[in-house]
Amino acid sequence: MSPSTTEEGSLTKKDFVTPNDVRWCPGCGDYAILNAVQKTMPELGIPKEKFVVVSGIGCSSRFPYYMNTYGFHTIHGRAPSVATGIKVANPELSVWMITGDGDGLSIGGNHLLHLLRRNLDINVLLFNNRIYGLTKGQYSPTSEVGKKTKSTPAGSVDYPVNPLLFALGSEATFIARTTDTDQKHMIETFKAAQAHKGTSFVEVFQNCVIFNNKTFETVTGRDVKNDQILYLEEGKPLIFGQDQNKGIRLNGLDPEIVSIGNDGEADESDLLVHDPKSSNAAYPTLLAQMTYPTFPTPLGVLRQLEGRETYEESVVGQIEASQSEGEGSLQELLTGKNSWVVE
Amino acid sequence: MTPSTDSFEEIESAVVRFAGDSGDGMQTVGERFTDSSAFAGNDIATLPDFPAEIRAPAGTLAGVSGFQLQFGSRKILTPGDQPDALVAMNPAALKTNVDDLPEGGMLVVNVDSFKKMNLTKAGYEANPLEDEDFRKKYHLVELDLTSLTKDALKESPLKPSDKARCKNFFALGFMYYVYGRPLEPTLKFFSDKWSKRLPELAEANSVALKAGFNLGDTMETARNRYQVSKAPVQAGLYRKISGNEALVYGLVAGAKQADRELLYAGYPITPASPILEGLSALKKFGVKTLQAEDEISAMGMAIGASFAGDLAVVATSGPGICLKSEFIGLASITELPVVIVNVQRGGPSTGLPTKTEQSDLMQSLYARHGDCPLPVIAAHSPSDCFDCAIEATRIALTYMTPVILLSDLYVANGSEPWQVPNAGELPLIENKFANPDEEFVVYRRDPKTLARTQAIPGQAGMEHRIGGLEKAEDGGVSYDPENHENMTHLRADKINGIAKSYDPIPVQGEAQGDLLVIGWGGTYGAISSATKMLQDEGFSVSSIHLRHLNPLPNDLGALIKSFKKVIVPELNLGQLSTILRSAYVTDIIAFTKIQGKPFKVAELREEFSKHLS
Repeated sequence: MSPSTTEEGSLTKKDFVTPNDVRWCPGCGDYAILNAVQKTMPELGIPKEKFVVVSGIGCSSRFPYYMNTYGFHTIHGRAPSVATGIKVANPELSVWMITGDGDGLSIGGNHLLHLLRRNLDINVLLFNNRIYGLTKGQYSPTSEVGKKTKSTPAGSVDYPVNPLLFALGSEATFIARTTDTDQKHMIETFKAAQAHKGTSFVEVFQNCVIFNNKTFETVTGRDVKNDQILYLEEGKPLIFGQDQNKGIRLNGLDPEIVSIGNDGEADESDLLVHDPKSSNAAYPTLLAQMTYPTFPTPLGVLRQLEGRETYEESVVGQIEASQSEGEGSLQELLTGKNSWVVE
Repeated sequence: MTPSTDSFEEIESAVVRFAGDSGDGMQTVGERFTDSSAFAGNDIATLPDFPAEIRAPAGTLAGVSGFQLQFGSRKILTPGDQPDALVAMNPAALKTNVDDLPEGGMLVVNVDSFKKMNLTKAGYEANPLEDEDFRKKYHLVELDLTSLTKDALKESPLKPSDKARCKNFFALGFMYYVYGRPLEPTLKFFSDKWSKRLPELAEANSVALKAGFNLGDTMETARNRYQVSKAPVQAGLYRKISGNEALVYGLVAGAKQADRELLYAGYPITPASPILEGLSALKKFGVKTLQAEDEISAMGMAIGASFAGDLAVVATSGPGICLKSEFIGLASITELPVVIVNVQRGGPSTGLPTKTEQSDLMQSLYARHGDCPLPVIAAHSPSDCFDCAIEATRIALTYMTPVILLSDLYVANGSEPWQVPNAGELPLIENKFANPDEEFVVYRRDPKTLARTQAIPGQAGMEHRIGGLEKAEDGGVSYDPENHENMTHLRADKINGIAKSYDPIPVQGEAQGDLLVIGWGGTYGAISSATKMLQDEGFSVSSIHLRHLNPLPNDLGALIKSFKKVIVPELNLGQLSTILRSAYVTDIIAFTKIQGKPFKVAELREEFSKHLS
């Protein structure tokens, strides 16, 4: 059930800006994401009052205060529950949930799992900076093993969770990744997320300038990105590289990098072709597992499964079905089937 | 089949207890006996009592399940202190229940199950039925229930093991004979439940029930028959209702009277699960039920739904409230209405999950961080759950606040006759929706109630943000020290002001005297009965039963001062008495019991009279 439309061009970024001072650290990646969201929303054809931005706790979760929409800054890890309640109560709303790697994958991991599998038509933006910022620099569930922080002076010992694999394991129907360094790509990805019917999970690489500066620099840095990012486009072969001369080919069950072109090891036709609509989870799993430094890092929509009913549609559908022959009578309910009269 | 009345002994009330293995269907026969007694026009109160294990090993003491009811031709307020008749389906049921049966009480046993193995499992070294002293002590009726049932069902196509399972209805039929109960409601129950799906089972149960009844007619030992006449009640339409059912209906009615959609979010927990199940069956009323992944999430879903304009409800038990506490604080600071039901059970931790207790009062009042007072109300009987659900809805929506509604296992699972209210005469409930033609200021308050108004997502021009951070009146985040103090006071004053909307406290007896008994929750029946007995004996004793536990009623202080002594009986270590001592700086006698069982009328009467001499 998509929110009713508004005339295109009648809203601009300005309509989504609040007068509140934005209080993230200077240079924080969150500014770029806020800008991209404020630019995306006016282009969706949805009236402003239909947007609800919901968050948990953390730096990223201050987001609703900076959006001139309905907003709810909830408690740590629990935004998925509140977002679920809002969406089921009113499926007409466009609900955007903002979370971080700690909020979404540590304290709120359970709720996020259930939100994704239930497939509510909600857009989840998970700002992954691989650190706890608001509590001043402890390692997070996406920090690499051996991460030295104030709470892990000898290096962290827990193995990190891969947000995309988590989403796949949770049976998410839409899984994407983008980066705070690329406005255009963020806006495209956010639009695709809104267009998808079902829970859209978007991991956003986000730089924490204070506690984990340049954590994604090896992938998204200006000098390396063309060789380190694999942009996913539906129906196109997996090609990357400064000179667009490298591709991903399947060797047995494993991906491998091959050179293409005139002197290449392979032809374009040998390469994997991006199919986000494949119902086979093996393909997006293979993409999600491609990580630096062995592989280029995929950005874009990894998975977009269509046809699964949303949770709120099913809830409303059952109610409508049971009311098809009229609503219940309160008096009949109170009286019940085994009443008796005392004269 | 109408029993003849020639050999009946007229009695005013009777207490019957059925006890057997948890797979023996004791809850079912208890329910049926209740329906039949309601049909006969008696007043009734019931007490289901079952173990935490669904099916503990057959024949063991841990697996015994019981159902007690009292029915009478007078006002019945409790399920009775002790049974007049006990049906024991096996040695374990006998062992765990027979001590409650007074000398001379009727004891019906299924002799077929008194075999060596079952006796050993129950810890009997010798068969008690062979002990002469034991046999003399009770009015013993020995029935070969298993074989009698199988014989009665000779013609039935059911498997032998399924035939044997009908023995509970054979026993029920026998007890129907003894107490002159009508069979019709039970035969209708069989037909409604099974005639389409399992017609052979409906037929077999009907045959077993009638065979049990007829056996009573032919058996010498069953010749003591009792008649309990209709109770004198106000004319009108009646039904039987349990506490959890009444709560479900009250919530549906509350939503309707407030013209909001009802959204319920829950996680299965004893003894609150029937509320989730009950509401899930009411889709016809537009009720949305969400089974959450955990207790925390259920509270979050409710808060989200409340923000979006629904009447949001959660129900759980004490451990679930612990998990919801952080979210309850969020609902308090964002001033969103949510009805939070706690069906109390024995604690702490898993405690006694299938036994009753009133030990979550302090939790309801205080178990949140920060200064976070909330309205707390408590239901005192099964049917009172209906009124309390409407009252909780009224407070939540009128004052824009989460409300804690306390029930308890005894009230939730117990049942009683209920005069069916006229849906058209229920009070309307006021909402605090913002006027779209006026400027919306998030924390601007109604000067009378101090409630803020609510703008619903989707309404143009009223976009705003709320959240856990302290806010100024305009809804902006504020770290200003004076603003925080002011907002904390405003939230507390708002809650305290709710007391102005209460009706005066109803007093059972005079408004002054020697002893005032103050109760709350499920102890109502026992306290009222004990008070009434002492009043009839001429003592100066009155009782009140508090529905509103926070804020306390404004007329409570004066009432307390009008009595020489005040006693508070509670199924906890003395929580309300502590609160009252602190609120009114006065001496309060605490009388407590923490056994997972309700008060007996006799023990209250004895305790009260100690303070009346």
